[in-house]
Amino acid sequence: MMDERFATGNSLLHKRDPKVKVIVAAAYITVAAISNSFAVVSLALALAFLLLLLSRLDLRQVGKRLLAANTFTLFLWLTLPLTYGGEELTRLGAFSLSVEGIRLAALISLKTNCIVLSLITLLGTSRIASLGHALEGLHVSRRLCFMLLFSYRYIFVIYQEYQKLKRAAGMRCFVPATNIHTYRTYGYLFGMTLVRSWNRATRVHQAMLLRGFNGRLIPLEQRTVASNDIVFLVIGLAITATVASIPFFYR
Amino acid sequence: MHISEGVLSPPVLLAGAAITAVGTAIGLKKLDYDRIMTVSLLTATFFVASLIHVPIGPGNVHLLLGGLMGIVLGWSCFPAILVALLLQSLFFNFGGILVLGVNTTIMALPALICFYIFRPWVEKNGHKRKIAAFGAGFCSILLSACIAALALWSTDQGFARAAQLILAAHIPLMIIEGIITMFTVSFLAKVQPEFLIMGK
Repeated sequence: MMDERFATGNSLLHKRDPKVKVIVAAAYITVAAISNSFAVVSLALALAFLLLLLSRLDLRQVGKRLLAANTFTLFLWLTLPLTYGGEELTRLGAFSLSVEGIRLAALISLKTNCIVLSLITLLGTSRIASLGHALEGLHVSRRLCFMLLFSYRYIFVIYQEYQKLKRAAGMRCFVPATNIHTYRTYGYLFGMTLVRSWNRATRVHQAMLLRGFNGRLIPLEQRTVASNDIVFLVIGLAITATVASIPFFYR
Repeated sequence: MHISEGVLSPPVLLAGAAITAVGTAIGLKKLDYDRIMTVSLLTATFFVASLIHVPIGPGNVHLLLGGLMGIVLGWSCFPAILVALLLQSLFFNFGGILVLGVNTTIMALPALICFYIFRPWVEKNGHKRKIAAFGAGFCSILLSACIAALALWSTDQGFARAAQLILAAHIPLMIIEGIITMFTVSFLAKVQPEFLIMGK
């Protein structure tokens, strides 16, 4: 599940510098998220599909992610048309379907898919470690980047630790059910996970101090922004600006 | 509890981002490099908590443990939750980037409130600690659901019913979180009491 499955690849997008991708993604997602016009959002979605083709990712895997992201949109489709009020489209028995409700649900669905696609193609194509260093390069607070890089580093370790405890419980015939015993067991299990990660943190900190840690993490691969990256940045921002300006032309 | 990207209106997004920025700035300011390692690992642990599914009737829910984070981390819960949510949106594409501010506020503000209300009680022994821990778990989810509902409602009044549904759907989770937080806190008090004096 946490395998960063989109990060490996050799496409145009995989090769770009993470800093550039972060900037383009932030601008693009901002435009898509706050727009209220169907034209803008549909065009943004189409362009996001173009990015998907450029990134040459496994389409089935991406499809699965999109499906998961659409559970919230499904909830909106089930509630908004029935509860929004306003102009009535048709009546289904006791329920009335509202036009504005359907419009809003459709707009949000388009936005959600567009944003998830651009997240996958722009940010998902870099490893999280490189994104952390990219954020540091973009002058995001160093302590915050440190926390991001470090918790990312240890999530897998701690998850394994938790699974070890859970396996141990399973071997002692623990079967989860809806009762107080289950909740007590989970409470203690998680408490033990916390205790272990606390002690691990102390050991890691001591080990790093011994190696001369001064609050800076040095990335393994030093990247410099190449001219290709600048071209990508300019094109990306230009397209974003064009998409954003559509409503001003068609009034 | 995540609100997807593209649902909320710009003023709501801005308000969430502002609260998160202030909270994170204060949280980071209080965090020195001697404690940052511990907080980072606890952030990872709380991320893992969101992968733990506990059964409830025929279905299951995943843990949030915002109340526990508040009690243990204090002001550091803001950067910790921000990082955990960012990792979630990068790993699983839950939530998003622009909505990160609102989602962080939804979880971290109640955690901080729980810290101020229940923390003094948690340091006491016996039943008071258990009641406080249950209260922290229960109230963090209650307040989180309220803030989420408020964010939806102030975006568009048409979300009113959807917001009510979200509130109602979280009631079972409030009770389960309360119970699990209670057990975890009494466990920590026995095994590693340093946890309960850390956030100061």
